[in-house]
This record gives sequence, structure tokens and C-alpha cells, in this order.
Amino acid sequence: MSKRQQSFPGPDDITRITLPNGITILVRANFNSPSVVIGGHLVSGSLFDTDEKTGLADFTALGLMRGTESRNFQQIFDALESVGAALSFGAGAHNTGFSGRSLIEDLPLILDMLADVLRHPVFPAEQIERLRAQFLTSLALRAQDTADMASLTFDQIIFKGHPYARPEDGWPETIRAIQRDDLADFHRRCYGPQGMVIALVGAIEPKTAVEQITAALGDWTAIDQMNLPALPPLQPMKKIVTRRIKIPGKSQADLVIGASGPYRKDPEYIADTLGNSALGQFGLGGRIGNVVREKSGLAYYASSSLNAGIGPGSWAVSAGVNPANVQKARDLICGEIARFVEKGVTPEELADSQSNFIGRLPLSLESNSGVANALLNMERYDLGLDYFRRYPDMVRAVTPEQVLTAVRKYLDPERLAIAIAGP
Amino acid sequence: MKKTHSEHTLSNGLKILLKEIHTAPLISSWVWYRVGSRDERSGQTGISHWVEHMQFKGTPRFPASSLDRDISRDGGIWNAFTFMDWTTFLETMPADKIDLGLRLEADRMANSLFDEKEVASERTVIISEREGNENEPLFRLGEAVQQAAFRVHPYHHEIIGDLADLKTMSRDDLYQHYRTYYIPNNAIVGVAGDFKTSEMLARIQELFEPIHAGPLPARLARPEPAANGEHRLTVEGPGETAFLEISYHAPAGDDADFFPLTVLDSLLAGPSGLNIFGGGGLSNKTSRLYRALVEKELAVGVGGNALTTLDPYLYTVSITVHPDRKPEQVLSAFDAEVKRIQDEPVPAEEISRAIKQARALFAYQSENITSQASWLGHAEMFANYNWFLTYLDKLSRVSPSDIQTAAQKYLKVSNRVVGTYIPTGAEVQV
Repeated sequence: MSKRQQSFPGPDDITRITLPNGITILVRANFNSPSVVIGGHLVSGSLFDTDEKTGLADFTALGLMRGTESRNFQQIFDALESVGAALSFGAGAHNTGFSGRSLIEDLPLILDMLADVLRHPVFPAEQIERLRAQFLTSLALRAQDTADMASLTFDQIIFKGHPYARPEDGWPETIRAIQRDDLADFHRRCYGPQGMVIALVGAIEPKTAVEQITAALGDWTAIDQMNLPALPPLQPMKKIVTRRIKIPGKSQADLVIGASGPYRKDPEYIADTLGNSALGQFGLGGRIGNVVREKSGLAYYASSSLNAGIGPGSWAVSAGVNPANVQKARDLICGEIARFVEKGVTPEELADSQSNFIGRLPLSLESNSGVANALLNMERYDLGLDYFRRYPDMVRAVTPEQVLTAVRKYLDPERLAIAIAGP
Repeated sequence: MKKTHSEHTLSNGLKILLKEIHTAPLISSWVWYRVGSRDERSGQTGISHWVEHMQFKGTPRFPASSLDRDISRDGGIWNAFTFMDWTTFLETMPADKIDLGLRLEADRMANSLFDEKEVASERTVIISEREGNENEPLFRLGEAVQQAAFRVHPYHHEIIGDLADLKTMSRDDLYQHYRTYYIPNNAIVGVAGDFKTSEMLARIQELFEPIHAGPLPARLARPEPAANGEHRLTVEGPGETAFLEISYHAPAGDDADFFPLTVLDSLLAGPSGLNIFGGGGLSNKTSRLYRALVEKELAVGVGGNALTTLDPYLYTVSITVHPDRKPEQVLSAFDAEVKRIQDEPVPAEEISRAIKQARALFAYQSENITSQASWLGHAEMFANYNWFLTYLDKLSRVSPSDIQTAAQKYLKVSNRVVGTYIPTGAEVQV
């Protein structure tokens, strides 16, 4: 077998440039496949949404490709689909994100299309109504999905009084309340090059890629572009809060149990993720998978997840169980969380997860999209271009004591959010 | 011609396909068995999938608790899938760690324990998996359509199996199934990645050749008689969204007609991705059905799927009905679009567009060593690896008249099952 080391992305092979209009470009070449991936974001997230029009940022993002000053909906998708290319948008709390891919020969087309839909969308009324029906159908399906509803309800508990409690895709009544002009207005106020990031990975010399991106977006200006509202502080939970959503006719219930979590930039973030791995990720779902699935046979899936971003994140255990076993699963999960908070990870568990985190790097950075996501995270969270070169040492340096401190900062068995959706 | 891969057969009948790829220090190894839900008799539906689960429950050498730990410590991923025609186990690992995956697969080809307690625990896990599936309207509709389409052929039942059988199958049933089908002469090993072929072959031989061959099990052969008319069915359930599933009896994966059908699917419903389950394609907003149904506000979404199966299976179009429309209106518009492709020759440029899309999807999947490794064995499960190597060439040779002929031959009303999911309403209570 080969002993050759893969070179992880680093300062010597990532090109990073910020254009005068505020767009940051990150490029890494990969000539192994004749294709290219782009990804990126703008600072036009759902934090701009109001309670009455929750979902506006996402509706606007989805509306971008419905028509521009020079192309209608079918022309946009005919250009892309004819060459097997893809481009799509969606909004999160802080950003509108986009991703696309094509054969390398079609990169100019993708960039031209990206620039056109970002700069010149017209939100045609007929198309927006069609999109609204699709949007409402996806919300109707969400309301019937036990996992989606448990997760949404969980967020409403842990982010009570905070804008993160609002679902990015809104509610049926708010999506109905949004007018076509709201989209155009949102675009005028919130879209612009300031703070935009674009990552490109594929079979192209970085210099050429930067030139092509600059040609497409370098002269974009948006004088009205507003700054994203500041995040209010999150109110800590004071007790266990349980909420049940009844969805009749379903054969399985979903549970989400946990609390708010760290910011991605928190210094203890790596200790948190190692703790999360031991709790409910490593192997077939860490301790949670072992207790809920392997030992008790209660669930097909049971694991924990740690979501950290620009603001406060979440740390949650999820499982899908027979409705008769909800209480049992809940007790098992709460018991595991309590044990975890009391004693933390064993040195063996920590070593296992450390080894996994370092060992899986080649696989997570194998594809162009994996590298593009890594570049975007480096930029969004100021990780530094040498992050993946430093990462193994940072992971190895974490001690069981640090994990315990990090875990106790967020998880408290007396202050958990418990969301259950099922029949 | 550039050497693409190498093929070998060990003395015990195990077939091996190897492909060197030196773009990243990774190796992906897949072991395939010729057994799936189509090999199950009534009373034992779901047994192949359950046996796949039991393969994660340990051998004397690799106890259950250490299996996932060892793979995960090395930064690998492992998984398994059961399909109608096959069952497969994979590990993708850093190149210098793949030996663990190979040793594990050789060991569990013959030495899995099937401990009684583990069987009991896994029974409830699998029942829970089925209950999770039943939460989805499209699972319930798909299961009903599949049953209606196959009265005789064992493609009749879902891979997960029926609850009645999941409740009653025993440890001995499972073990018997395992011993019958998990033998080297019924398996294929496909490995791709950063290795030297001679070294990899020597190691596989060392690990797998001592495993004894067994009597090759005959596969259930109960061909489905030709369809004799349209079947229509309804499934009722919670929600406010109606779905249509229109399934036509379709050619097997290695049938020459499969390629015109693939292009036909691409024109009607958009290109499908090139992975083992057909998903992950491109957007389909310029496909004929999207224009006829979604742009006309009869539906909010449409997709097509032609699976590569060993025996003739189904070509299925799934439609999410617009909230203001009735399923019958949507079906009429769908039928008009099918009639158009049966009656009018497809412009050549529409075909060359589908080929370009397929070429792009082919390039995207080649970024990924796991995906490339999957095709070595997967293609052998319904044809052979040459099927994959010549895939783009065969698509390129499809002519407008081939498409028209395929549409006339397969997309006949008498050759289909139409399933409608009728939502009985949503009463979510907070």
C-alpha cells in the first residue's frame, strides 16, 4: 500500500484574494477530474426576517433563479441543465448560501449565471406564485414529518425569544403573507458584494479562476446594502422543558433532547466536538447508539449532533422510536446525558475519537465539494488557511478534563429541552 | 486502450475486480453477495436485510464492540446495503489502513456469530426501521404499487420485509440464510484506490482463499407473466398532500432496451445520478414532465427512476400533486406528454443534450473513490463491469427512433400500475 501523504489544503495551495468591492475569493486547483465546484455565501440571512414575514430571506433566495432582466426561468435552467451543470440557493440565519458544479469547460457559464441571478433578478409574479405553492407544499410535508417537527420544536425551546427560534423556511401563514414586492425589496436592501465569499475548487489554475470570478462579479456594487442586525443574547434555560407535537396516523415518534451549544469560534469547540463524538457519534453512535440501539434495540437511529455557527449552536440527541417506547428512550437518553455530564469521557473514548477525527481528514477532503466547504468554513470562522495543517495537533492536545469542562458548560441534566413528535 | 482494471478468480470461486486510482491516499473495498429480497420465500420476507444487520454483530475474532471501534479509529467509513438482487458491505479507509477492512470482510464471510440475544435486539431495531419508513407517504404508496406490479416474481415485497415475518423469523432461519448465500463462489470483491494491483491481489488471496466454497444456491426464478391491463390503486393516510406513482414494467439492467429507456427517462423527468441507487442527479426544470406538470401548476414536483435490476423491474415516475389540483387531472396531463413522445420523433439535439448531462454526471462521480469502487462489483450484480465502461458509448448510440420504440413498447397503459396517495387531512396538535 502507498505511504504517500495527501497534502491537505494550506496557505501554499489556496489562493485567497479580496476584491475592492468586498468579495473574498478562495481557490484550490484539482486536476484529477474535469469538473469544478463553486460554493459561497452572501450576508443576506433570515436575521433580516420579521415575525410576520418569516421565511422572506429563503423565499428571496429561491426566487433568484426564477427570472432575470435578460433571461426567463426556462432560459436559466435550459442553459444550466443542457450542459449538466447545477446551481442552487438557500438562506440560513446569517447567510444566503449557494453551490454549483459543472464540467470545467462550462465554468464561464456558471459564473455568468451566478452573477446574473444575484445582480439582476426580477422575481416575475407568475413564477413567484408557482414557487409559493411549492413552498407551501414543502411546509405541509414538514408538518407531517415527525423528525422535522421534533427538531423544529426543539429549536423553539432552546432559542426562545431569540431570532434562531424562527424556522428559516417560515410558516404557512407567513409564506402566504409575503408579496412579490417584498422579495424585490429584500434583494435591494440585503444583497450585495460586501461580505460575500466564493470558493472554487476544480480543474483550473487559480489565477485564471480569480480572473473569471472578477470579470463576473468584480464591478458589482450595492450602495443600499444593509448590515445584518446584531444577535441579541440568548436567555439560558432554567429548567427541563418538554413539548409534544401530536401527528396522528404515524407509526414512529421522533425525540430530540439537548440544549443550546457553543459558537464555532469558541476556543473549546474542538473539545466539544470530541465530547459529542464520544456521546453520540463514534462508531455506530457512541454511547447513545450503544445504549438506545445496540443494547435496548429501541431505535433504528439514535445519535447526537453538535451544531455550531456564528451565534449560539445546539447540542442534541435524536432518536426515532415506537410510540410505546418514547418514555423508555427518553429516560435512557437523559440518563446517558447525566452520566456524561458527571464523569465525562474516559481516556480510551477520547483517544478513539481523536484518532477518528485525524484519520478521517483524507476522506472528508477527497471531493471538490468537501474542499470547497472546508475553504468556506476557514473564511467564515477565521480559522486560518493553515487550519488543516494544524488540526491534528489541536485534536491531539485535548484532554479528558477539557472535554468535561466543555460538556458541563452546555449540558445540564436539570435544564434540558425535550421535543417529541409522533402519533 | 488504457488498462482500466483487472479481474481475477480465486480457486474457491471468489471473483475479484481491482482498479488502481492514485489521486488520494484512500482505498475503498466492497464485497458483494448475490442475495437480496428477491431470494426470499413467503414467511421470510426481509431476511436478507436482517442478515446484513447481523453481520455487524461480531465474530469470535472481531466481537461486535470492537468492530466499529477499530474501523472508526482509523478514520474509515463502513456501511452495508441490501437491495432486491444483492447485498453489499463496504469500507473506505486511508490507504495504509485498508487491511483491517479486508480482514474483517474475509472473517465475516464465514464466521459471524448470530448470537440469540443480538438477534432479539436487532428484531426490534428492524421493526423500528420499518415503522420509520411507514411514516413516509411515498414508502407506503411505493410498497402498494410494487405488490400490485408483481404477483408472481419475488420483487413483490419490500426489501425491509413484512411485519408478520419480522416478528416470527428465528435465529436459525437467519443463520441458515447466511450460510447458504455467504460463500466465496457467490461473492465478488471490488477494490479501488491507492494500491499496487499485485500487492492487493496477493493480500486478498491470502485472506479469502482459505474460505471454503459451498454449493451455489439457485436463485428463485418465478418470472412475472406479461401485464394484462392497467392496475389502479389508492393508499390513504395522514397529510394534506397527494402523490401519484406511475410504474411501468421495464427491461432489466443488461437489456439493450435499458439504454433507450435511460435517455427516455432523462427527457421526461430529468437525468438521474450515476450511483448505485440512481439518485443525486441534476435539477430537472427543463424536462418535458416538469414543463407539462409543474410549469402548468398541476404538480409541485416530478421525478423518474429506472433501476438497474437483474430481472425486469419497473420504471417509475413520482409526482407531488399541486394542492389545488386533483390527481386525475395530473394523470391526464402526464398521459398527454407520454403520448407526445410515443407519436413524435425526438429532435436529435434533445438526445445529445441528455448525453452531455450523462457525461457531466459521470465526471462528478469519478471525483469519488468510493463511488468508483462501487461500480466494480455493482455492475457485476446485473451485467458485468463492461456495462459501466461502455455506459456512455451505449447512451451515445441511442437514436430518436430507439426512444420512440421504447416509449411505445414500455409506456403503455396496459403495462402499468397507477398508485395514488390520498391524504386524509392534517390535524397536528401542539
